[in-house]
Amino acid sequence: MKIIVSIKEVPVRDSQLRIASDGRWIEDGDLGYEMNEPDAYALEEALQLKEKHGGEVIALCAGPAGAARTIREALAKGADRALHIEDEQISSWGTLGLAQLLAKAVAPEKPDLILTGLQSDDLGYGQTGVVLAELLGFPHATIIMAAEVLDGRIRVKRELESGWFQNIEMPLPAVLTIQSGINKLRYATLMGIKKAKTKELKRLEVADLGVAPSPTATIERLYLPRKTKQTQLIEGSAKQAAAQLVEKLRFEVRVI
Amino acid sequence: MSESVLVIMEQRAGAWNRMSLETLAAGQKLAAELGHSVAAAVPGRGVAALASELALKKLDCVYAVDHELLADYTADGYTAALDQLIRKVQPSLVLFPHTYQVRDLAPKLATRFHQALISDVIGIRAEGGPVFVRQLFQGKLNADVRPGGPAPYFVSIQAGAFNADNVASGTAPLETFTPELTASVIRQRPEEPFRESTGAVDLTTAEIIVSVGRGIKEKDNIPIVAELAQALGGELAATRPVCDSGWLPIERQVGSSGQTVAPKVYIAVGISGAIQHLLGMKGSKTIVAINKDANAPIFEVADYGIVGDLFEVVPAMVEEVKSCTVLQR
Ligand SMILES: Cc1cc2nc3c(=O)[nH]c(=O)nc-3n(C[C@H](O)[C@H](O)[C@H](O)COP(=O)(O)OP(=O)(O)OC[C@H]3O[C@@H](n4cnc5c(N)ncnc54)[C@H](O)[C@@H]3O)c2cc1C
Repeated sequence: MKIIVSIKEVPVRDSQLRIASDGRWIEDGDLGYEMNEPDAYALEEALQLKEKHGGEVIALCAGPAGAARTIREALAKGADRALHIEDEQISSWGTLGLAQLLAKAVAPEKPDLILTGLQSDDLGYGQTGVVLAELLGFPHATIIMAAEVLDGRIRVKRELESGWFQNIEMPLPAVLTIQSGINKLRYATLMGIKKAKTKELKRLEVADLGVAPSPTATIERLYLPRKTKQTQLIEGSAKQAAAQLVEKLRFEVRVI
Repeated sequence: MSESVLVIMEQRAGAWNRMSLETLAAGQKLAAELGHSVAAAVPGRGVAALASELALKKLDCVYAVDHELLADYTADGYTAALDQLIRKVQPSLVLFPHTYQVRDLAPKLATRFHQALISDVIGIRAEGGPVFVRQLFQGKLNADVRPGGPAPYFVSIQAGAFNADNVASGTAPLETFTPELTASVIRQRPEEPFRESTGAVDLTTAEIIVSVGRGIKEKDNIPIVAELAQALGGELAATRPVCDSGWLPIERQVGSSGQTVAPKVYIAVGISGAIQHLLGMKGSKTIVAINKDANAPIFEVADYGIVGDLFEVVPAMVEEVKSCTVLQR
């Protein structure tokens, strides 16, 4: 089985985000980056499917040169090789343009299966995988919590709202968007990290992929959300604040 | 192309998904502000009754998109049907509720029109055309997004962003639209939806809930919050990542894919307040947030808040609660 996993990197969780001076994006120069969490689960699922069925796992990432860190991490965890569509301004491509770039990179590989995370922790549009499927003419399913490869087909467990699920079967090749929690993530081993250095990481130039930019939506302004509720913020040392809060729970909320 | 808004409603087994009514309210509001007409469509099999309900709303047209092959949702079937409807109606904007089904469907549909979905929208303004407000970074920042490229634009609306009670009544002509579909275009074979056997934990009846998020850092720290829940005589709940990591059983998960609770008091400890979590608890009478990040979105819904380190605040609370419950005895 040939499996492609599409990954991206996002600012490290709990980063202090500052709005850039042009008001349209965040100040990203000094931020740390890590693999988008649902993508990490997609990678793990690919590695587990390979362990079961044999074949190859290819990590695919569109991003700036710095994203090579995250790609190396995928290789260290067990991906066999990687494709890096390198562009410093990758976000200027928009969702559709980005998916078109990914589709061009994927097509010659003729994969059996493509996995991505269900959404990114930064933009959170939640659609790259689905758009990629449509561009490639593959069937897809989203928010996947289990995947079982049958003969030329795949049976997946799709999450529905409020604790409901549904199994769906479809022919391969297919695209799945993976939900966090589908499996247990592995850590890269020292051996894996060493081996990653020798694995193939192929750079693809945007210009060679023959996609015309087609931005569909633009961010005009970024800002802190306005509060909808009046929050009573309790100040003081941890001990003082805790004491005050308990008093409020007792006399205002009346639950103690 | 006519200037119009088309709202795609979602139903299952003849009942509305409530979020579609919220989206209908959003569609009516947007159309009024932009001076557009507004129509609604309901896809499925045997949707005449639901469509007649829609015909009693203030709409310019209602489409019953009816076909045998739309009985069960499939991405391929619904995309094909709605693709045909949109080419016929030629709206300038297509609105969906941001449901799991729409996540599966709308990006595919938008691609067919050389567009991308502007997903999970929480606000709409008319400013020389529509501007949509979205959350970025899991709710930490908001962004104004302006659509571009060829119309129609595709937009999905977040749960709770608009009020279904604001849907205006009226009368609308009803049209049945029968898409041309063959079984061979549908590659997905869906089976019956099911529920995983849920454990014994029913959080919905709890009066006091202490809920813990990833701020707790590791499984070994869970007793810190468990002790607070115990001291208060409440239930312990958690966010999805905490359950995903196996720190607490999934039966204690609160949110769009877990339980929906509305206790007298919900104490959120080390929880950022992502929309999927808020959906499960924002109906709580009183919300308390303890988080070290003053900008965490959980504070947007909190009645009381402590900006601080949970590892200091929570044990101190336990002490306090214990001492006043001793006094009460
Ligand atoms: C389709 C879908 C369905 C989902 N369903 C659910 C659901 O049902 N329920 C759910 O909860 N999530 C759900 N999620 C996930 C959701 O989007 C968020 O990722 C999740 O709620 C975040 O959990 P968290 O707040 O525990 O973690 P984080 O977002 O990582 O937040 C941790 C918080 O802890 C704070 N913190 C860290 N250290 C400390 C400290 N020492 N003291 C105080 N505070 C500290 C940080 O400031 C941060 O705000 C779903 C996502 C998707 C896409």
